[in-house]
Amino acid sequence: MSGPHARRVVITGIGVTAPGGVGVKNFWSLLSDGRTATRRISFFDASPFRSQIAAEVDFDAELLGLGAQEIRRMDRAAQFAVVTAREAVEDSGLDLHSLDPHRTGVTIGSAVGATMGLDQEYRTVSDSGRLDLVDHEYAVPHLYNYLVPSSFAAEVAWAVGAEGPTTVVSTGCTSGLDAVGYATELIREGSADVMVAGAADAPISPITVACFDAIKATTPRNDDPEHASRPFDGTRNGFVLGEGSAVFVLEELSSARRRGAHVYAEVAGYATRSNAFHMTGLRPDGREMAEAIRIALDEARLGPEAVDYVNAHGSGTKQNDRHETAAFKRSLGEHAYGVPVSSIKSMVGHSLGAIGSIEIAASALAMEHGVVPPTANLHTADPECDLDYVPLTARDWRTDVVLSVGSGFGGFQSAMVLARPDRRDA
Amino acid sequence: MSESGVRVVVTGLGVVAPNGLGAEAYWAATRKGTSGIGRISRFVPDRYPARLAGEIDGFTAEEHLPGRLLPQTDRMTQLALVAADWAFRDAAVRPSELPEFEMGVITASSSGGFEFGQRELQALWSKGGRYVSAYQSFAWFYAVNSGQISIRNGMRGPSGVVVSDQAGGLDAVAQARRQIRKGTRLVMSGAVDASICPWGWVAQMASNRLSTTHDPERAYLPFDGSAHGHVPGEGGALLVLEELEQARARSADQIYGEIAGYGATLDPRPGSGRPPGLRKAVELALADAGTLPRDIDVVFADGAAILELDRIEAEAINGVFGERTVPVTVPKTMTGRLYSGAAPLDLAAAFLAMRDGVIPPSIGITPSPGHALDLVVGHERTAPVRSALVIARGHGGFNSATVVRAVE
Repeated sequence: MSGPHARRVVITGIGVTAPGGVGVKNFWSLLSDGRTATRRISFFDASPFRSQIAAEVDFDAELLGLGAQEIRRMDRAAQFAVVTAREAVEDSGLDLHSLDPHRTGVTIGSAVGATMGLDQEYRTVSDSGRLDLVDHEYAVPHLYNYLVPSSFAAEVAWAVGAEGPTTVVSTGCTSGLDAVGYATELIREGSADVMVAGAADAPISPITVACFDAIKATTPRNDDPEHASRPFDGTRNGFVLGEGSAVFVLEELSSARRRGAHVYAEVAGYATRSNAFHMTGLRPDGREMAEAIRIALDEARLGPEAVDYVNAHGSGTKQNDRHETAAFKRSLGEHAYGVPVSSIKSMVGHSLGAIGSIEIAASALAMEHGVVPPTANLHTADPECDLDYVPLTARDWRTDVVLSVGSGFGGFQSAMVLARPDRRDA
Repeated sequence: MSESGVRVVVTGLGVVAPNGLGAEAYWAATRKGTSGIGRISRFVPDRYPARLAGEIDGFTAEEHLPGRLLPQTDRMTQLALVAADWAFRDAAVRPSELPEFEMGVITASSSGGFEFGQRELQALWSKGGRYVSAYQSFAWFYAVNSGQISIRNGMRGPSGVVVSDQAGGLDAVAQARRQIRKGTRLVMSGAVDASICPWGWVAQMASNRLSTTHDPERAYLPFDGSAHGHVPGEGGALLVLEELEQARARSADQIYGEIAGYGATLDPRPGSGRPPGLRKAVELALADAGTLPRDIDVVFADGAAILELDRIEAEAINGVFGERTVPVTVPKTMTGRLYSGAAPLDLAAAFLAMRDGVIPPSIGITPSPGHALDLVVGHERTAPVRSALVIARGHGGFNSATVVRAVE
């Protein structure tokens, strides 16, 4: 698929729903200002929990154009996906209704599906956990759509008029990268001409907070929510849960050029590998992530030195940031020390399956604006994290090639290379 | 050789089904028309309108898996790990002897480890957050089977997980084929699903598609005039996929057949007035396989057992093949619908049908003449099977179709 005659896939539309504001404009202004959107959890009383912080989206579904029926039947994450997909399609300028609907597909990544809806509905049908044999009389009619989150992809497809290959990709915290990688392969092999692809998660719910508390993965820095997400900082002690969505319009390069579309970036390379080590643990050597990076660069036919910016996973856990730093050194060699590396999770938190797509959006926008977003809250050096993490302030930086990576529970390690198409025209 | 010229074959089957544990036990029961559907035993179902399921009996995880894995895994993961072991054994592959980055795991899931999830939700809401298990963060999520299988077998190549309801099993196998075509040597693919717990049951009932008949022989009747919903089940199948020449080079004990073609569509938005997409998915799969309809020897139908959905499927089959020209069967009538696990199990049945030259029966149904299908009912039918079509549909309008073909 990386041969010279393969169909090339580009991003021509972007939609983002992220903490700090809905829409691409608000998202980019947060990132380029280096502001943080982490705060005390407002969705429920989080005081009994160890970690009481999250990056929440101020989201008014009605204001954003969803009908009462849609709001009722969709989990919050599905609502994110639909609103965000609409923004992406509008941004692309593509009239999907003028195309053969069977040639347009949808891939939506999500790590935890309708967690929020399931948590709420469980509480109702079980009478707050009192009933083992939960009561079906209290179940909402759309509970099945929560049970099986492929409903998210169907909702997006219905919203944009797609009838081609449609699925949810659910590989934990790399879902957002893997969904776009999956969609890219469908266009390359000719199964679709256009893919509406991205990811959505809305996990800020008591069950999620409790399960991350149990393994101390999230930060307990409750006294300072705005500065709680500290990737690569010596004082980091866990990630901050987030929520949101990013969705893209992907299409084949020559048809995008023919219609004069604005091309943000080419999805030039993608790979995923597994550490086959532990469901939540990482070995410090970063070996499998390095392998994914190497393969993604190979597919892009670019060398490590071509990478202008690395959009890191940078979750802010002790083990991740060390693991990832090692992976960059292993795969990029000396260049790892010269290339800017940053984590937007310092500002928008970690929205599990969604974040991979949100980070692709940040990467494409960095190319668009010639600005690398910073790692906020990075004040204290850590000898194990000794790269240029672009602390605190965004940097003007011409960016033609971006490497974006993700790492997640289940051992999945994914890497994507975005490039300006003319970088690879030769 | 171009990537699309790479032929991807199945060399190992691991089956966990309500009517048989292990591929051969499942196949023997299926040929005989033995059903695994019965009254739910895992909880007392009396308070619910739907009380039948295809449960797997006689599976004791402790006999197959190390003790440390048990507290961190849902039943569906335990079943999946064992199915993967059996598929490797059947293929005579020792994963430890293959290059680690050249093996992947690509599964489908519908509802994750839902029973595990119910237990932890109950702990949370009845006792408090501190009582939630440290394993909850990964034991219930959709990626768990791929993750656990990769860890148990040291598989570090491209892995993945798709969720497209009951169509997902075919989508996963198609993605596995894609990875092998790109150069991965072996992929474990398919799906095992299980959510027969009260919380999963109530969520399934919300679909309004469950049969509320209490007679196991009259409950799940696809293509029958009295079709009125399905019986859910648990289980599925995992398949070892390899590139044909590699399989031959290692003198694989058996090559069940080739994953020859695949197509997928989504039905239009309800109320749009546009036609359903199933026929298109079947046509795409046939075209992808380079197979003409007349070369297909049997169709393993989805068999939703909802009058409208049965009609749509019959019309798609008749539209592609012509009325009563191709044998159609629904062995799911013996297992119930296994969500993601259903289609990989049908793939396994299709390969075994090829091997033995028999079409397994659908049981319990009196075909509605209106559908004009040649349904194989009651008893198996002896017939050479060289190519088969497997259809799978998911709630929300997911349509997937796969063509499998014998390898000379």
